[in-house]
Amino acid sequence: MTTASRQDLAGRPAGPARLRVNPIACSGHGLCAELLPELISLDEWGYPLIAAQPVPPGLVRQARRAVTDCPALALRLDPAQKERRGGA
Amino acid sequence: MSPQTASSTLAQQSPAGGGGLPRLLPPPTSPSPFTGPADGGLAAHLRRHGPVPYRGDAGALIADVRAAGLTGRGGAAFPVHRKLEAVAAARPGRAIVVGNGAEGEPASHKDEALLSAAPHLVLDGLQLAAEAVGARRAVLYVRGDLRERTRLDAQMPERYAHRLDRVAVEIVSAPGRFLAGEESALASLISGGPAVPRFTPPRVFERGVGGRPTLVQNVETLAHLALIARYGPGWFRAMGTPDEPGTMLCTLHQADGSAGVAEAAIGTPLADLLDLREVSAVLVGGYHGAWIPAAQASALALSNAALRPAGAFTGAGVLAALPADRCGLVESARVVRYLALESAGQCGPCRSGLPSIAAALAELAGGDPGPQVLTDLSRWAGLVEGRGACHHPDGTVRFLRSALSVFAGEVRHHQRGRCSGASDLPFLPVPAGPSTDADWS
Repeated sequence: MTTASRQDLAGRPAGPARLRVNPIACSGHGLCAELLPELISLDEWGYPLIAAQPVPPGLVRQARRAVTDCPALALRLDPAQKERRGGA
Repeated sequence: MSPQTASSTLAQQSPAGGGGLPRLLPPPTSPSPFTGPADGGLAAHLRRHGPVPYRGDAGALIADVRAAGLTGRGGAAFPVHRKLEAVAAARPGRAIVVGNGAEGEPASHKDEALLSAAPHLVLDGLQLAAEAVGARRAVLYVRGDLRERTRLDAQMPERYAHRLDRVAVEIVSAPGRFLAGEESALASLISGGPAVPRFTPPRVFERGVGGRPTLVQNVETLAHLALIARYGPGWFRAMGTPDEPGTMLCTLHQADGSAGVAEAAIGTPLADLLDLREVSAVLVGGYHGAWIPAAQASALALSNAALRPAGAFTGAGVLAALPADRCGLVESARVVRYLALESAGQCGPCRSGLPSIAAALAELAGGDPGPQVLTDLSRWAGLVEGRGACHHPDGTVRFLRSALSVFAGEVRHHQRGRCSGASDLPFLPVPAGPSTDADWS
């Protein structure tokens, strides 16, 4: 596995991205942890634990695969620096 | 709810817009909001505060709210002007405003007390918020079992007759669930769905009720807004602390079993609000809040700046003084069991983890716990934290960890099969019957 900077399938530079699971949609199939064990493990109930750090460039392709292959469409790749606003 | 004592010591008679307490609740010469016919009628409201001070310019109020430093009184203390700005940025006329009086927290009664004692301040605030963000639809979201519901319904035509309202207000009933007031759950219910949280973003201020930008403010926040519009940010800041200005409504649960609602300036010593004699610990911020040992609480004030180092925050103003003869672990186990039952059950870690946590804490509270209980609790707490679509698992874990820390001596007692609680009468209010799947709507 290389950590060198790469481009994605469409030829765009792969910007820093973070994996995020929609916990409502996730039904614990566990496929994501099989496809991307470097960044995703499963808790004792079978739900994914996702590494906090941005997806390293060398893993972006597997991360995209995990996103598209999730049977529940519960996994997303978000821009890493995206600001989240609070409020309640 | 009995007439409470704290506000009578705090409150002073003051002219409308003057410098004293209470600001939101009726002056103490009026009948108590909990007993007689409250001073919540329109005529009394107009005498005290006058008509709705519209600005004629959407957004003019926002600068005053920013200068006042008003934050949300529903628990999160988010700056109100930032939400107003975000929703005002939507295309004119598309936005919706919602006054949130769901008050799902069983230990909180301040929204109910406010809607009883000063409903027109809330309704004025709803109109002013609608003007500020250019909304043409307003909703008042209140518990379906609110005692004052009939009176609220009757007040609407009266306001129309006085031409006070520019935007029609629809009253929508909230289910009596802990999470019913969570913003996205609220937006879902008013949109015709169940009152369960959704995954964000988009946030409700971007896409809320019916997909429209939605301003959700707690009913107390709206009442403060209605006063700021009349008396200005300088008046608002005359009470509270420079960083956390104004007053807030608190629900006070005293160790003798009495409970009531008081309005207090932010920064008021907790010892002025609660009688801390024969008290072992104070619960601050409700069931998503934290326990503080009574000796420490007696030196703290009602502000997030003062409470943060103790791991607590003001939340929606719930303060409960645990009598010294009760076991904090037993009390906490009852609350955590309730919180586990109040999970919407949508997210795996919360659905699986909260019942496990509740069962382990009940085992510890019951005495004769297995050797793994503390290890299990610690691991499960880490596994549910930050892994829900809403903050229910996070708040539950905050409460759990503070219980295990503040009642650490009691934990050791229970590990040896003992309990120092002399009374097993339940103290903290927890709804009697378990909730069912059917009442999310």
